[in-house]
Amino acid sequence: MAIEAVDHSHWSPLLGRLWLDALPQEPIVLATFVVVALGGVALVAALTYFKLWGYLWKEWFTSVDHKKIGVMYMVLGLIMLLRGFADAVMMRIQQSIAFNGNEGYLNAHHYDQIFTAHGVIMIFFVAMPFVTGLMNYIVPLQIGARDVSFPFLNNFSFWMTTAGAVLVMMSLFIGEFAQTGWLAYPPLSNLAYSPWVGVDYYIWALQIAGVGTLLSGVNLIATIVKMRAPGMTMMRMPIFTWTSLCTNILIVAAFPVLTAVMSMLSLDRYLGFNFFSNDFGGSPMMYVNLIWIWGHPEVYILILPLFGVFSEVTATFCGKRLFGYSSMVYATLVITILSYLVWLHHFFTMGSGASVNSFFGITTMVISIPTGAKLFNWLFTMYRARIRYELPMMWTVAFMLTFTIGGMTGVMLAIPPADFVLHNSLFLIAHFHNVIIGGVLFGIFAAINFWWPKAFGFKLNQFWGKVSFWLWVPGFWVAFTPLYILGFMGVTRRMRVFDDPSIQIWFVIAAFGVVMIAGGIGAMLVQFAVSIWKREELKDETGDPWNGRTLEWATSSPPPEYNFAFTPIVHDIDAWEDMKRCGVERPTTGFRPIHMPKGTGTGIILAGLSTALGFAMIWYIWWLAAVSFVGILGYSIFHTFNYKRDYHIPVETVEATEAARTRQLAAAGA
Amino acid sequence: MGTEHAHSNPNAPDHHDEHGGSHGSMREYVVGFLLSVVLTAIPFWLVMTGAIPDKQTTALVIMAFALVQIVVHMIYFLHMNTKSENGWTVMALIFTIVVLVITLSGSLWVMYHLNHNMMPMSHDMSQVP
Repeated sequence: MAIEAVDHSHWSPLLGRLWLDALPQEPIVLATFVVVALGGVALVAALTYFKLWGYLWKEWFTSVDHKKIGVMYMVLGLIMLLRGFADAVMMRIQQSIAFNGNEGYLNAHHYDQIFTAHGVIMIFFVAMPFVTGLMNYIVPLQIGARDVSFPFLNNFSFWMTTAGAVLVMMSLFIGEFAQTGWLAYPPLSNLAYSPWVGVDYYIWALQIAGVGTLLSGVNLIATIVKMRAPGMTMMRMPIFTWTSLCTNILIVAAFPVLTAVMSMLSLDRYLGFNFFSNDFGGSPMMYVNLIWIWGHPEVYILILPLFGVFSEVTATFCGKRLFGYSSMVYATLVITILSYLVWLHHFFTMGSGASVNSFFGITTMVISIPTGAKLFNWLFTMYRARIRYELPMMWTVAFMLTFTIGGMTGVMLAIPPADFVLHNSLFLIAHFHNVIIGGVLFGIFAAINFWWPKAFGFKLNQFWGKVSFWLWVPGFWVAFTPLYILGFMGVTRRMRVFDDPSIQIWFVIAAFGVVMIAGGIGAMLVQFAVSIWKREELKDETGDPWNGRTLEWATSSPPPEYNFAFTPIVHDIDAWEDMKRCGVERPTTGFRPIHMPKGTGTGIILAGLSTALGFAMIWYIWWLAAVSFVGILGYSIFHTFNYKRDYHIPVETVEATEAARTRQLAAAGA
Repeated sequence: MGTEHAHSNPNAPDHHDEHGGSHGSMREYVVGFLLSVVLTAIPFWLVMTGAIPDKQTTALVIMAFALVQIVVHMIYFLHMNTKSENGWTVMALIFTIVVLVITLSGSLWVMYHLNHNMMPMSHDMSQVP
């Protein structure tokens, strides 16, 4: 197959490198393009027909309400999950048929883009938006605040993350995506070996989305440190808020490293620097070292908030306080620090010698101790409790079983001699899917089932939730156990065709697992649809459908724009449970106007300009880069003159909202 | 814990008069400015005149001045002390230093041990410019 025979050296002042050869050439991509284009046209037409643009713009896109931004993050994560999963399905089909001289249906150029895009999308545009969305929605409610510290910044962060996602999606149809693997190691990602736009798409998507991630990290730290309700000392914070705080500290400390590494790679590619080349004193190994200094904390950025979710879910559905609250807090803090001390375990085989490898092997094993402590805390909470096996609790138990095995294979990989054998094999792939799916994704599903009634005012349908659960969890094991086995046999990752026909059966089994997972994802979408359809039957009148323990359950479902008419006062861990136990009366008089931040379109406009800047830089369209860069600066300065940043919700509106809530509660008999 | 729970907090005025971090006096800014000028001028002078013949010593001295410069900026311009923002600034500073030390010393350690598993080279790499 002639893959790099295409000559991409065309350049014009108006369009840069962009030319007809950037349009989809392969039949598969072309067909996808047609489907997506038709779908997009249909969506735009529908939104126009039902006159929803104004509503979306006013109520969602320009909103600075942390709840709406949280929901938008979750929607972004869900959409990108479907894209990332489509990549996974394509890889599984390719690998299960490419035997006995069969080349499969994907050429190398296409296949390499798919595994790169799968990794990049799943980490940066599925897991990160899901996690950020959850923290955005829940943290202010849990600490009794009305919004985050910097509401506009929050909106801006969301749109910058979306801008990155938009660039990745564009690469599917305009040009190509990187063929380097999800971390784009040089020298492969240098201009000499990746001459066209793929790696540039990668760099600019991550740089722009990184701005959003970093700023939302700053925002949430400030929120948690400065905006807790009176009485909520650090050691009375809900565990989810604690883990969110640690996650955001990790974000603020780790993401600048990624930004710096990406900047240096850009300098190499754009201006002929030699940070990571093989010549003139450059060292590709420095890239590997630096990117994992970001990369390992990133793993904990993803999992810590979900540890918080499992803590909240376990305490709620066991109906008692979490076992070992303070040990949970200290375990989280220890993990936060230790996550900076293990990065070399991602490249034991690079050759730093026995002393360096043993140090990082031991620190890696040590980090499993606080994680194990957490697991025991959840188990001891469940011990002798009346456990209600609702969907969030089912996902939590599935997490405990799955994640523990993923953790154990992780400790195996932490042994340097074992790693020399298993490094870059499918065993590694099985391991990190085991912890990311079993930990992060199961946690997201627990969280969605747990907090959906809070966000929308009705519970999710249980039947379809269970269908999804029972397809997902066994499906995961059917899909990834074969990969462990293949890894032991020495099969390496990122292979497109295989010589040995005896291993085909394992890839076929794995592909069957993916079919089950597809069923699980489908069932979840059906669950959402059915629940929206039957929302009257599933309605949550009380605002506290699970007999919750933390402050988000103290307000109505969905919460009013201002969250709490009066700032709650906290006297204990599990503040809402304490308030219920002491019979605190909900105040019904004495309301005041509420000071709130006002929505603005600046976030989406700046992110739009950033997308244009990224696109221009990717395609060497220098005039557009200059124009959009000046546009970003100009519009930011212009925004500083916007003095209409806040407004007061009139006291009548507050009274009316709260009176409606009083009637609702009375009707529900609470 | 008990019955004195008061749920309602008559909405305190929205303007908090929290003076967590003071903004410093004119005198502080002048002292800070003079110190940073001096701390910048000396390294320049060292490089331009070559007062210390040994280049490595010069580099180390300049690094030392840079460190002092950072501290001056933190005290006089960022108004950091152990009490500002209820100690959060100091906590953040300590965390930053810990992470920086881990990152820098770790990277140096890792990068200077990379030759451990290398095959002996036929030519001496240090001769390459």
